[in-house]
Amino acid sequence: MDDSIASLLEKAGDGKISRVAAQCQAEQDRTDVAAVRARMARYLDVMRDSVRVGMNAERRSLSGLTGGQAARLFDAAAQGKTAGGPLLARAAARAMAVAECNAGMGRIVAAPTAGSCGILPAALLTAQEEYHLTDDQLTDALLTAAMFGQIIARRASISGAAGGCQAECGSAAAMAAAALVELRGGTADMCAQACSFALMNSMGLVCDPVAGLVEIPCVYRNVGGVANAFSAADMALSGLRSPIPTDEVIDAMQSVGDQMPACLRETGEGGVAATPTARQIARRVLGADGE
Amino acid sequence: MDTEMNLFDIVGPVMIGPSSSHTAGAARIGCVARRLLGEDVAEARVGFCGSFARTWRGHGTDRAVVGGLMDVAADDARLRDSLDEAKRRGLSVTFEEIQLKGAHPNTVRLRLRGVSGKRIEVTGASVGGGSIEIREIDGLSLRVTAQKHTLIIAHRDTPGIIARVSSLLAGAPVNIATMQVARSAAGGKAMTTMELDELPPDEIVAALKVMKGVESVTLLRAD
Repeated sequence: MDDSIASLLEKAGDGKISRVAAQCQAEQDRTDVAAVRARMARYLDVMRDSVRVGMNAERRSLSGLTGGQAARLFDAAAQGKTAGGPLLARAAARAMAVAECNAGMGRIVAAPTAGSCGILPAALLTAQEEYHLTDDQLTDALLTAAMFGQIIARRASISGAAGGCQAECGSAAAMAAAALVELRGGTADMCAQACSFALMNSMGLVCDPVAGLVEIPCVYRNVGGVANAFSAADMALSGLRSPIPTDEVIDAMQSVGDQMPACLRETGEGGVAATPTARQIARRVLGADGE
Repeated sequence: MDTEMNLFDIVGPVMIGPSSSHTAGAARIGCVARRLLGEDVAEARVGFCGSFARTWRGHGTDRAVVGGLMDVAADDARLRDSLDEAKRRGLSVTFEEIQLKGAHPNTVRLRLRGVSGKRIEVTGASVGGGSIEIREIDGLSLRVTAQKHTLIIAHRDTPGIIARVSSLLAGAPVNIATMQVARSAAGGKAMTTMELDELPPDEIVAALKVMKGVESVTLLRAD
Protein backbone atom coordinates (compact mmCIF):
# COMPACT_ATOMS: atom_id res chain seq x y z
CA MET A 1 0.00 0.00 0.00
CA ASP A 2 1.45 3.39 -0.91
CA ASP A 3 1.02 6.51 1.19
CA SER A 4 -2.39 7.51 -0.11
CA ILE A 5 -5.90 7.65 1.22
CA ALA A 6 -7.03 6.21 -2.11
CA SER A 7 -5.11 2.97 -1.59
CA LEU A 8 -6.15 2.85 2.07
CA LEU A 9 -9.81 2.93 0.95
CA GLU A 10 -9.10 0.24 -1.63
CA LYS A 11 -7.56 -1.94 1.05
CA ALA A 12 -10.45 -1.35 3.46
CA GLY A 13 -13.09 -2.28 0.86
CA ASP A 14 -16.44 -2.57 2.62
CA GLY A 15 -14.70 -2.97 6.00
CA LYS A 16 -13.48 -0.51 8.55
CA ILE A 17 -10.25 1.49 8.42
CA SER A 18 -9.50 0.38 11.99
CA ARG A 19 -9.29 -3.25 10.87
CA VAL A 20 -6.73 -2.40 8.17
CA ALA A 21 -4.81 -0.25 10.64
CA ALA A 22 -4.62 -2.97 13.29
CA GLN A 23 -3.49 -5.55 10.73
CA CYS A 24 -0.77 -3.30 9.25
CA GLN A 25 0.60 -2.43 12.68
CA ALA A 26 0.54 -6.06 13.82
CA GLU A 27 2.54 -7.07 10.73
CA GLN A 28 5.02 -4.29 11.40
CA ASP A 29 5.44 -5.24 15.08
CA ARG A 30 5.50 -8.98 14.28
CA THR A 31 2.67 -9.44 16.73
CA ASP A 32 -1.09 -10.00 16.60
CA VAL A 33 -4.00 -7.62 16.30
CA ALA A 34 -4.96 -8.19 19.94
CA ALA A 35 -1.57 -6.88 21.13
CA VAL A 36 -1.89 -3.78 18.97
CA ARG A 37 -5.37 -3.09 20.29
CA ALA A 38 -4.25 -3.70 23.88
CA ARG A 39 -1.51 -1.10 23.52
CA MET A 40 -3.91 1.43 22.03
CA ALA A 41 -6.36 0.69 24.86
CA ARG A 42 -3.64 1.68 27.34
CA TYR A 43 -3.19 4.97 25.49
CA LEU A 44 -6.93 5.54 25.82
CA ASP A 45 -6.56 5.18 29.60
CA VAL A 46 -3.78 7.80 29.61
CA MET A 47 -5.99 10.12 27.57
CA ARG A 48 -8.84 9.75 30.06
CA ASP A 49 -6.48 10.51 32.96
CA SER A 50 -5.18 13.58 31.17
CA VAL A 51 -8.73 14.96 30.91
CA ARG A 52 -9.22 14.42 34.62
CA VAL A 53 -5.93 16.10 35.55
CA GLY A 54 -6.58 19.04 33.22
CA MET A 55 -10.07 19.66 34.66
CA ASN A 56 -8.54 20.65 37.99
CA ALA A 57 -9.55 24.28 38.46
CA GLU A 58 -6.51 25.07 40.61
CA ARG A 59 -3.78 23.68 38.37
CA ARG A 60 -1.59 26.18 36.49
CA SER A 61 1.18 25.88 33.94
CA LEU A 62 4.76 26.71 34.98
CA SER A 63 4.52 30.13 33.34
CA GLY A 64 1.10 30.76 34.89
CA LEU A 65 -0.26 31.67 31.45
CA THR A 66 -2.79 28.83 31.27
CA GLY A 67 -4.59 26.41 33.55
CA GLY A 68 -8.03 26.24 35.14
CA GLN A 69 -9.80 27.34 31.95
CA ALA A 70 -11.10 23.88 31.09
CA ALA A 71 -12.92 23.73 34.42
CA ARG A 72 -14.66 27.03 33.66
CA LEU A 73 -15.74 25.78 30.24
CA PHE A 74 -17.08 22.57 31.76
CA ASP A 75 -19.03 24.51 34.40
CA ALA A 76 -20.51 26.77 31.73
CA ALA A 77 -21.58 23.68 29.79
CA ALA A 78 -23.19 22.17 32.87
CA GLN A 79 -25.09 25.37 33.56
CA GLY A 80 -26.35 25.60 29.98
CA LYS A 81 -24.62 28.95 29.45
CA THR A 82 -22.96 28.09 26.13
CA ALA A 83 -24.02 28.91 22.58
CA GLY A 84 -23.09 25.64 20.88
CA GLY A 85 -25.06 23.26 23.07
CA PRO A 86 -23.87 20.83 25.75
CA LEU A 87 -22.09 18.29 23.51
CA LEU A 88 -19.85 20.83 21.82
CA ALA A 89 -19.14 22.65 25.07
CA ARG A 90 -18.17 19.44 26.85
CA ALA A 91 -15.93 18.47 23.93
CA ALA A 92 -14.35 21.93 24.06
CA ALA A 93 -13.76 21.63 27.80
CA ARG A 94 -12.10 18.22 27.40
CA ALA A 95 -9.87 19.41 24.55
CA MET A 96 -8.74 22.31 26.69
CA ALA A 97 -8.31 20.07 29.74
CA VAL A 98 -5.82 17.82 27.93
CA ALA A 99 -4.01 20.80 26.41
CA GLU A 100 -3.78 22.42 29.86
CA CYS A 101 -2.65 19.14 31.39
CA ASN A 102 0.18 19.19 28.83
CA ALA A 103 1.03 22.84 29.49
CA GLY A 104 1.28 22.03 33.22
CA MET A 105 3.78 19.18 32.76
CA GLY A 106 1.11 16.51 33.00
CA ARG A 107 1.13 13.10 31.29
CA ILE A 108 -0.48 13.07 27.84
CA VAL A 109 -0.58 11.07 24.62
CA ALA A 110 0.84 13.01 21.67
CA ALA A 111 -1.96 12.93 19.07
CA PRO A 112 -0.28 13.55 16.74
CA THR A 113 1.83 16.04 18.75
CA ALA A 114 1.92 17.44 22.27
CA GLY A 115 0.68 20.82 21.06
CA SER A 116 -2.45 19.26 19.52
CA CYS A 117 -2.97 16.53 22.11
CA GLY A 118 -6.46 17.60 23.24
CA ILE A 119 -8.47 17.23 20.04
CA LEU A 120 -8.61 13.46 19.55
CA PRO A 121 -9.31 12.47 23.19
CA ALA A 122 -11.94 15.21 23.50
CA ALA A 123 -13.77 14.08 20.36
CA LEU A 124 -13.73 10.39 21.29
CA LEU A 125 -14.52 10.65 24.99
CA THR A 126 -17.36 13.08 24.34
CA ALA A 127 -18.79 10.79 21.66
CA GLN A 128 -18.51 7.90 24.12
CA GLU A 129 -20.53 9.79 26.71
CA GLU A 130 -23.15 10.97 24.23
CA TYR A 131 -23.63 7.74 22.27
CA HIS A 132 -22.81 5.17 24.97
CA LEU A 133 -19.85 3.66 23.13
CA THR A 134 -17.56 0.98 24.57
CA ASP A 135 -13.82 1.34 25.17
CA ASP A 136 -13.28 -1.27 22.45
CA GLN A 137 -15.05 0.97 19.96
CA LEU A 138 -12.93 3.93 21.05
CA THR A 139 -9.76 1.86 20.72
CA ASP A 140 -10.71 1.05 17.13
CA ALA A 141 -11.45 4.70 16.49
CA LEU A 142 -7.95 5.61 17.74
CA LEU A 143 -6.47 3.15 15.25
CA THR A 144 -8.48 4.74 12.45
CA ALA A 145 -7.32 8.18 13.55
CA ALA A 146 -3.70 7.00 13.64
CA MET A 147 -4.00 5.52 10.14
CA PHE A 148 -5.18 8.82 8.68
CA GLY A 149 -2.52 10.67 10.67
CA GLN A 150 0.13 8.32 9.34
CA ILE A 151 -0.74 9.12 5.74
CA ILE A 152 -0.88 12.86 6.47
CA ALA A 153 2.55 12.61 8.15
CA ARG A 154 3.99 10.74 5.16
CA ARG A 155 2.50 12.91 2.41
CA ALA A 156 2.78 16.22 4.26
CA SER A 157 3.81 16.83 7.87
CA ILE A 158 2.53 16.79 11.42
CA SER A 159 5.18 19.20 12.70
CA GLY A 160 4.40 22.84 13.45
CA ALA A 161 8.02 23.77 12.78
CA ALA A 162 7.71 22.27 9.31
CA GLY A 163 4.13 23.04 8.32
CA GLY A 164 2.54 25.40 10.84
CA CYS A 165 -0.40 24.65 13.10
CA GLN A 166 -2.43 23.27 10.18
CA ALA A 167 -0.02 20.33 10.38
CA GLU A 168 -0.63 19.85 14.12
CA CYS A 169 -4.16 20.95 15.12
CA GLY A 170 -5.35 20.60 11.51
CA SER A 171 -4.08 17.02 11.30
CA ALA A 172 -5.46 16.22 14.74
CA ALA A 173 -8.89 17.54 13.70
CA ALA A 174 -8.77 15.48 10.49
CA MET A 175 -7.82 12.35 12.43
CA ALA A 176 -10.58 12.97 14.97
CA ALA A 177 -13.15 13.68 12.24
CA ALA A 178 -12.39 10.36 10.55
CA ALA A 179 -12.57 8.55 13.89
CA LEU A 180 -15.93 10.15 14.74
CA VAL A 181 -17.37 9.05 11.41
CA GLU A 182 -16.34 5.45 12.04
CA LEU A 183 -17.83 5.61 15.56
CA ARG A 184 -21.14 6.88 14.14
CA GLY A 185 -21.33 4.03 11.64
CA GLY A 186 -20.10 5.87 8.56
CA THR A 187 -18.25 4.09 5.76
CA ALA A 188 -14.50 4.17 5.16
CA ASP A 189 -15.10 6.61 2.31
CA MET A 190 -17.05 8.90 4.64
CA CYS A 191 -14.07 8.86 7.02
CA ALA A 192 -11.91 10.12 4.17
CA GLN A 193 -14.44 12.85 3.32
CA ALA A 194 -14.41 14.00 6.95
CA CYS A 195 -10.61 14.09 6.86
CA SER A 196 -10.74 16.31 3.75
CA PHE A 197 -13.26 18.71 5.25
CA ALA A 198 -11.31 19.13 8.48
CA LEU A 199 -8.04 19.76 6.63
CA MET A 200 -9.67 22.26 4.28
CA ASN A 201 -11.10 24.09 7.27
CA SER A 202 -7.70 24.50 8.90
CA MET A 203 -5.67 25.12 5.76
CA GLY A 204 -3.11 27.87 6.31
CA LEU A 205 -3.31 27.87 10.10
CA VAL A 206 0.00 29.23 11.42
CA CYS A 207 2.03 28.12 14.44
CA ASP A 208 2.61 31.24 16.56
CA PRO A 209 3.27 30.29 20.18
CA VAL A 210 3.53 33.27 22.52
CA ALA A 211 6.95 33.30 24.22
CA GLY A 212 7.67 30.06 22.35
CA LEU A 213 5.61 28.10 24.88
CA VAL A 214 3.00 25.45 24.06
CA GLU A 215 0.21 27.49 25.68
CA ILE A 216 -1.12 30.55 23.84
CA PRO A 217 -2.78 30.09 21.40
CA CYS A 218 -2.32 26.30 21.52
CA VAL A 219 -4.87 25.52 24.23
CA TYR A 220 -7.53 27.57 22.38
CA ARG A 221 -6.62 25.99 19.04
CA ASN A 222 -7.35 22.58 20.54
CA VAL A 223 -10.89 23.78 21.26
CA GLY A 224 -11.21 25.07 17.70
CA GLY A 225 -9.86 21.77 16.44
CA VAL A 226 -12.45 19.61 18.15
CA ALA A 227 -15.30 21.82 16.88
CA ASN A 228 -13.83 21.48 13.41
CA ALA A 229 -13.71 17.69 13.83
CA PHE A 230 -17.39 17.41 14.78
CA SER A 231 -18.48 19.71 11.94
CA ALA A 232 -16.39 17.83 9.39
CA ALA A 233 -17.74 14.49 10.63
CA ASP A 234 -21.31 15.81 10.43
CA MET A 235 -20.83 16.90 6.82
CA ALA A 236 -19.42 13.51 5.88
CA LEU A 237 -22.10 11.55 7.75
CA SER A 238 -24.83 13.49 5.98
CA GLY A 239 -23.40 12.29 2.67
CA LEU A 240 -21.61 15.46 1.58
CA ARG A 241 -18.49 14.80 -0.44
CA SER A 242 -15.38 16.91 -0.60
CA PRO A 243 -15.07 18.23 -4.17
CA ILE A 244 -11.29 17.81 -3.82
CA PRO A 245 -10.00 14.26 -3.16
CA THR A 246 -8.41 13.77 0.26
CA ASP A 247 -4.92 13.04 -1.08
CA GLU A 248 -4.95 16.31 -3.04
CA VAL A 249 -6.10 18.22 0.05
CA ILE A 250 -3.20 16.71 2.05
CA ASP A 251 -0.77 17.67 -0.72
CA ALA A 252 -2.20 21.20 -0.72
CA MET A 253 -1.55 21.45 3.01
CA GLN A 254 2.04 20.40 2.43
CA SER A 255 2.42 22.99 -0.28
CA VAL A 256 0.97 25.72 1.98
CA GLY A 257 3.42 24.66 4.70
CA ASP A 258 6.31 24.98 2.25
CA GLN A 259 5.20 28.49 1.38
CA MET A 260 4.87 29.55 5.00
CA PRO A 261 7.65 31.88 6.20
CA ALA A 262 9.72 30.63 9.14
CA CYS A 263 8.24 33.29 11.44
CA LEU A 264 4.90 31.46 11.22
CA ARG A 265 6.32 28.01 11.92
CA GLU A 266 6.81 27.62 15.68
CA THR A 267 9.52 30.23 16.04
CA GLY A 268 7.29 32.47 18.16
CA GLU A 269 8.12 35.45 15.92
CA GLY A 270 4.91 35.91 13.94
CA GLY A 271 1.12 35.76 14.28
CA VAL A 272 -0.25 36.47 17.76
CA ALA A 273 3.27 35.86 19.15
CA ALA A 274 4.44 39.05 17.43
CA THR A 275 1.81 41.31 19.00
CA PRO A 276 2.87 43.98 21.52
CA THR A 277 1.03 42.16 24.31
CA ALA A 278 2.67 38.84 23.44
CA ARG A 279 6.09 40.48 23.56
CA GLN A 280 5.28 41.88 27.00
CA ILE A 281 4.18 38.43 28.15
CA ALA A 282 7.38 36.91 26.79
CA ARG A 283 9.52 39.39 28.70
CA ARG A 284 7.58 38.69 31.86
CA VAL A 285 7.56 34.87 31.79
CA LEU A 286 10.95 34.18 30.24
CA GLY A 287 12.89 36.44 32.55
CA ALA A 288 15.59 38.96 31.70
CA ASP A 289 17.02 36.96 28.80
CA GLY A 290 13.64 36.27 27.24
CA GLU A 291 13.92 38.63 24.32
CA MET B 1 3.24 -0.60 3.47
CA ASP B 2 6.95 -0.29 4.11
CA THR B 3 8.72 -1.16 7.33
CA GLU B 4 8.80 2.32 8.86
CA MET B 5 5.08 2.53 9.51
CA ASN B 6 4.31 2.96 13.20
CA LEU B 7 0.84 4.10 14.24
CA PHE B 8 2.11 4.56 17.79
CA ASP B 9 4.31 7.43 16.61
CA ILE B 10 1.13 9.17 15.45
CA VAL B 11 -1.15 8.41 18.40
CA GLY B 12 1.66 8.34 20.94
CA PRO B 13 4.11 8.45 22.50
CA VAL B 14 2.88 8.85 26.05
CA MET B 15 4.90 11.75 27.44
CA ILE B 16 5.08 14.51 30.01
CA GLY B 17 4.25 17.89 28.51
CA PRO B 18 4.55 20.49 27.37
CA SER B 19 7.08 19.84 24.61
CA SER B 20 8.62 16.65 23.30
CA SER B 21 11.91 18.37 22.53
CA HIS B 22 12.10 20.75 25.51
CA THR B 23 10.79 18.34 28.12
CA ALA B 24 10.88 14.65 27.12
CA GLY B 25 14.19 14.96 25.24
CA ALA B 26 15.74 16.92 28.09
CA ALA B 27 14.74 14.22 30.58
CA ARG B 28 16.35 11.58 28.35
CA ILE B 29 19.64 13.48 28.18
CA GLY B 30 19.64 13.71 31.98
CA CYS B 31 18.97 10.00 32.25
CA VAL B 32 21.84 9.04 29.92
CA ALA B 33 24.23 11.38 31.76
CA ARG B 34 23.30 9.77 35.08
CA ARG B 35 24.07 6.35 33.61
CA LEU B 36 27.39 7.54 32.24
CA LEU B 37 28.32 8.83 35.68
CA GLY B 38 27.43 5.40 37.03
CA GLU B 39 26.37 6.56 40.48
CA ASP B 40 23.90 8.93 42.16
CA VAL B 41 24.50 12.58 41.38
CA ALA B 42 25.56 14.80 44.29
CA GLU B 43 26.05 18.02 42.36
CA ALA B 44 24.95 19.12 38.90
CA ARG B 45 25.77 22.27 36.96
CA VAL B 46 23.29 22.53 34.13
CA GLY B 47 24.07 24.83 31.19
CA PHE B 48 21.28 25.63 28.75
CA CYS B 49 22.14 26.74 25.24
CA GLY B 50 20.10 28.14 22.31
CA SER B 51 16.33 27.68 22.48
CA PHE B 52 16.79 25.82 25.77
CA ALA B 53 18.39 28.95 27.22
CA ARG B 54 15.44 31.06 26.08
CA THR B 55 12.47 28.99 27.22
CA TRP B 56 13.73 26.53 29.84
CA ARG B 57 11.65 27.98 32.65
CA GLY B 58 8.35 27.87 30.77
CA HIS B 59 8.94 24.44 29.30
CA GLY B 60 10.09 22.88 32.56
CA THR B 61 13.36 21.88 30.89
CA ASP B 62 15.09 22.33 34.27
CA ARG B 63 12.68 19.92 35.98
CA ALA B 64 12.99 17.46 33.11
CA VAL B 65 16.80 17.39 33.17
CA VAL B 66 16.95 17.05 36.94
CA GLY B 67 14.29 14.32 36.86
CA GLY B 68 16.40 12.48 34.31
CA LEU B 69 19.47 12.84 36.55
CA MET B 70 17.47 10.98 39.22
CA ASP B 71 16.47 8.31 36.68
CA VAL B 72 12.85 9.48 36.38
CA ALA B 73 11.56 8.45 32.94
CA ALA B 74 10.33 10.92 30.29
CA ASP B 75 6.75 9.63 30.69
CA ASP B 76 6.72 9.71 34.50
CA ALA B 77 4.47 12.40 36.04
CA ARG B 78 7.00 12.86 38.87
CA LEU B 79 9.15 14.95 36.48
CA ARG B 80 7.04 17.97 37.43
CA ASP B 81 8.18 17.80 41.06
CA SER B 82 11.79 16.81 40.44
CA LEU B 83 13.33 20.02 41.82
CA ASP B 84 11.66 19.42 45.20
CA GLU B 85 12.71 15.80 45.13
CA ALA B 86 16.32 16.83 44.34
CA LYS B 87 16.29 19.16 47.33
CA ARG B 88 14.96 16.36 49.52
CA ARG B 89 17.77 14.05 48.37
CA GLY B 90 20.44 16.70 48.88
CA LEU B 91 21.25 16.87 45.17
CA SER B 92 22.61 20.34 44.58
CA VAL B 93 21.70 21.86 41.19
CA THR B 94 22.60 25.16 39.56
CA PHE B 95 21.37 26.44 36.21
CA GLU B 96 23.08 28.78 33.81
CA GLU B 97 22.50 30.04 30.29
CA ILE B 98 25.54 29.37 28.13
CA GLN B 99 26.71 29.72 24.55
CA LEU B 100 28.37 26.85 22.74
CA LYS B 101 29.78 27.48 19.30
CA GLY B 102 28.01 25.55 16.54
CA ALA B 103 25.77 23.68 18.95
CA HIS B 104 22.29 22.40 18.05
CA PRO B 105 19.59 24.93 19.12
CA ASN B 106 18.37 22.65 21.92
CA THR B 107 21.57 21.79 23.73
CA VAL B 108 22.30 21.17 27.39
CA ARG B 109 25.73 20.74 29.00
CA LEU B 110 25.82 18.79 32.24
CA ARG B 111 28.76 18.96 34.65
CA LEU B 112 28.15 16.29 37.23
CA ARG B 113 29.80 15.16 40.44
CA GLY B 114 28.73 11.81 41.85
CA VAL B 115 28.33 10.77 45.47
CA SER B 116 31.81 9.18 45.42
CA GLY B 117 33.37 12.31 43.95
CA LYS B 118 33.51 10.99 40.38
CA ARG B 119 33.07 13.71 37.75
CA ILE B 120 31.80 13.76 34.19
CA GLU B 121 30.84 16.37 31.61
CA VAL B 122 28.17 15.47 29.07
CA THR B 123 26.73 17.62 26.29
CA GLY B 124 23.52 16.51 24.61
CA ALA B 125 21.06 17.85 22.05
CA SER B 126 17.31 17.30 21.88
CA VAL B 127 16.84 16.87 18.16
CA GLY B 128 13.03 16.70 17.90
CA GLY B 129 10.09 14.54 18.90
CA GLY B 130 11.86 13.53 22.11
CA SER B 131 14.86 12.03 20.29
CA ILE B 132 18.30 12.93 21.59
CA GLU B 133 21.95 12.89 20.63
CA ILE B 134 24.77 12.91 23.14
CA ARG B 135 27.39 15.00 21.33
CA GLU B 136 30.30 15.14 23.77
CA ILE B 137 31.55 13.25 26.82
CA ASP B 138 34.48 14.70 28.78
CA GLY B 139 35.57 16.76 25.82
CA LEU B 140 35.48 13.90 23.29
CA SER B 141 33.12 14.37 20.35
CA LEU B 142 30.76 11.54 19.52
CA ARG B 143 27.14 10.89 18.62
CA VAL B 144 24.98 8.63 20.77
CA THR B 145 21.21 8.45 20.18
CA ALA B 146 20.50 5.65 22.71
CA GLN B 147 17.86 4.26 20.34
CA LYS B 148 19.68 0.93 20.18
CA HIS B 149 21.53 -0.86 22.95
CA THR B 150 24.73 1.16 23.20
CA LEU B 151 28.08 0.42 24.82
CA ILE B 152 30.21 3.41 25.74
CA ILE B 153 33.73 2.43 26.67
CA ALA B 154 36.29 4.89 28.00
CA HIS B 155 39.81 3.53 27.56
CA ARG B 156 43.43 4.33 26.81
CA ASP B 157 44.34 4.70 23.15
CA THR B 158 46.47 1.55 22.84
CA PRO B 159 46.84 -0.95 19.97
CA GLY B 160 44.50 -3.95 20.06
CA ILE B 161 41.97 -2.76 22.57
CA ILE B 162 39.14 -2.41 20.06
CA ALA B 163 39.94 -5.87 18.69
CA ARG B 164 39.75 -7.36 22.20
CA VAL B 165 36.41 -5.66 22.88
CA SER B 166 34.88 -6.73 19.58
CA SER B 167 36.10 -10.31 19.86
CA LEU B 168 34.58 -10.57 23.33
CA LEU B 169 31.25 -9.35 21.90
CA ALA B 170 31.57 -11.70 18.92
CA GLY B 171 31.85 -14.63 21.29
CA ALA B 172 28.54 -13.81 23.00
CA PRO B 173 27.42 -13.55 20.14
CA VAL B 174 26.46 -9.87 19.97
CA ASN B 175 26.43 -8.09 16.62
CA ILE B 176 27.89 -4.57 16.40
CA ALA B 177 25.60 -2.40 14.27
CA THR B 178 27.65 0.81 14.28
CA MET B 179 30.88 1.94 15.93
CA GLN B 180 32.72 5.21 16.58
CA VAL B 181 36.12 5.88 18.12
CA ALA B 182 37.27 9.24 19.45
CA ARG B 183 40.50 10.19 21.25
CA SER B 184 42.11 13.22 22.83
CA ALA B 185 45.57 12.48 21.40
CA ALA B 186 47.57 9.47 20.21
CA GLY B 187 48.11 7.25 23.23
CA GLY B 188 45.75 9.43 25.28
CA LYS B 189 42.20 9.20 26.53
CA ALA B 190 39.85 7.46 24.07
CA MET B 191 36.20 6.57 23.85
CA THR B 192 34.58 3.86 21.77
CA THR B 193 30.82 3.72 21.30
CA MET B 194 29.08 0.73 19.80
CA GLU B 195 25.43 0.31 18.88
CA LEU B 196 24.48 -3.32 19.30
CA ASP B 197 21.76 -5.49 17.77
CA GLU B 198 21.54 -7.66 20.88
CA LEU B 199 21.76 -6.85 24.57
CA PRO B 200 25.11 -8.19 25.80
CA PRO B 201 24.90 -10.58 28.78
CA ASP B 202 25.97 -9.25 32.20
CA GLU B 203 29.13 -11.39 32.28
CA ILE B 204 30.35 -9.86 29.02
CA VAL B 205 29.86 -6.34 30.39
CA ALA B 206 31.65 -7.39 33.59
CA ALA B 207 34.56 -8.80 31.56
CA LEU B 208 34.81 -5.57 29.57
CA LYS B 209 35.04 -3.57 32.77
CA VAL B 210 38.15 -5.41 33.95
CA MET B 211 39.84 -5.50 30.55
CA LYS B 212 43.35 -4.02 30.49
CA GLY B 213 43.27 -0.38 29.33
CA VAL B 214 39.55 0.02 29.89
CA GLU B 215 38.59 2.76 32.35
CA SER B 216 34.83 2.56 32.38
CA VAL B 217 31.98 0.83 30.60
CA THR B 218 28.40 2.07 30.31
CA LEU B 219 25.64 0.04 28.75
CA LEU B 220 22.58 2.00 27.66
CA ARG B 221 19.63 -0.30 27.10
CA ALA B 222 17.20 0.64 24.34
CA ASP B 223 13.62 1.12 25.56
